Amino acid sequence: MSGEEIEVTPKVTADRIKKYLEQGKRFDSRKLDEFRELKIEKDISKKAEGSVRVKLGKTEVIVGVKMDASEPYPDSPNEGNLMVTAELLPMSSPRIELGPPKFDAIELGRVIDRGIRESKFIELDKLCIKEGEKVWTVFVDIYSINDDGNLFDAAGIGAVAALKIAKIPEYDEEKGKVIYGKHEKSLPLKKISPFAITIHKIGNNLIVDPTKEEEDVSNTRLTIGSSDGTIFSMQKGDSTSMKIEEISKAIDVVEKSWKELFKKVEEQLK
Amino acid sequence: MTTKEKGYVREDGRKNNELRSPIKAEVGIIPNADGSAMFQIGKTIALAAVYGPKKMHPQHSQDPEKGTLRCTYNMNSFSVEERIRPGPSRRSTEISKITEWALEPVLMLDKFPNMVVDVHINIIQADAGTRCAGINAAAMALAHAGIPMKDMVSSISVGKIDKTLVLDLDKYEDSEFKDGEGSTDIPVSITHAGEITHLQLDGKISKEQLMEVIEMAKEACGKIYEIQKKALKEAIK
Repeated sequence: MSGEEIEVTPKVTADRIKKYLEQGKRFDSRKLDEFRELKIEKDISKKAEGSVRVKLGKTEVIVGVKMDASEPYPDSPNEGNLMVTAELLPMSSPRIELGPPKFDAIELGRVIDRGIRESKFIELDKLCIKEGEKVWTVFVDIYSINDDGNLFDAAGIGAVAALKIAKIPEYDEEKGKVIYGKHEKSLPLKKISPFAITIHKIGNNLIVDPTKEEEDVSNTRLTIGSSDGTIFSMQKGDSTSMKIEEISKAIDVVEKSWKELFKKVEEQLK
Repeated sequence: MTTKEKGYVREDGRKNNELRSPIKAEVGIIPNADGSAMFQIGKTIALAAVYGPKKMHPQHSQDPEKGTLRCTYNMNSFSVEERIRPGPSRRSTEISKITEWALEPVLMLDKFPNMVVDVHINIIQADAGTRCAGINAAAMALAHAGIPMKDMVSSISVGKIDKTLVLDLDKYEDSEFKDGEGSTDIPVSITHAGEITHLQLDGKISKEQLMEVIEMAKEACGKIYEIQKKALKEAIK
């Protein structure tokens, strides 16, 4: 890959971003712990059991939930399965090349998977059709449509939102077949919202919801999956270290951001 | 339409030469892209984004005579009833190529030697006719990206259901109808000037009926063209 066509934030812009942050300012006049406008659109793909479009500023992802009846894993014969995947579409950015999933997409899928799985958000034990034989598999598929930074948080919000509005299709036990389009009831979910919220460290400043430019300048990031103060998953990315105080501060910021996001998501899912 | 056989009556109550509704087109939906568009027909929704012209890599793929059009068609895993595995398939690889062939004739690629124009098509909701919806969206996205074009391309699928010709098949007509002579699917792409840039057929049909199919497609593409044009004009307001 030759770099000449790839648009990376130029050094002069990067320096200016850092300088602004030293004064507590951002290009788009947001506070350091302020998210861009969050917009959620429901049922954007009607064949899915649940689907949403999430916009954070100019960043856009779509998330769809599909379900299928399948065999349980031997170690959990009476529990449903969860599978989260993410695809970074070449559509969403001039930087994304065609080809098999690269690390970025794999990491995104796995981080969101762990946030949902570890929080036990989906009550998988209630998704058993016949013990040892048939259980529901819940697929959560994430696609980037426009990447202007912070796909992680948009994807995490999208996954939680899509699961909240998803409906279980009917299962015909005699024929052993799933009847799509006939939806009975909502997924069995705990009353939590395990959003993934990512804190970026730029110089000595911690910010939330970076734009692509800010993400380019970021030294390191910490993604925290949590709900109302309870942390379910964490992933630190990139190779700059963080101090213990910074981790502590990051968790505080996440807790505050979660409350704001929770309110906005609930309002828009009504 | 004057098909002699009146046997098949459409389940959704459409006339034989009636397009699905709603038909929606919007340009400029993906800010990062150089050009982008959404095209919806009935329950099928396609997004398209254009990046380029940009330098072709690797260098040995460069064409010193003219630029290259590179299309990729992709279906979202949840766009159909039974989830499909994400990523490319043999089907999507073929449709990608078909899409390139459908669009290339109107593009003035000789202006961009050694360059490539990437068109990414993503089907977010599928109810038959996805390749046509993809081509309609891609043609708009290319125009929106300012790639020099001699003409517009519009695309529609015509079908023969048992013996009756019908326009713009839905999922039931495309893949579930099995009675009599079954279902024949004929996707067609036509420029505004009336040149056919894409034609496929799966099934069984006479020449007479095929010519009738093309006439039906041409008339329908005229309507789609107006919708594409309107969306593009709105985008530059």
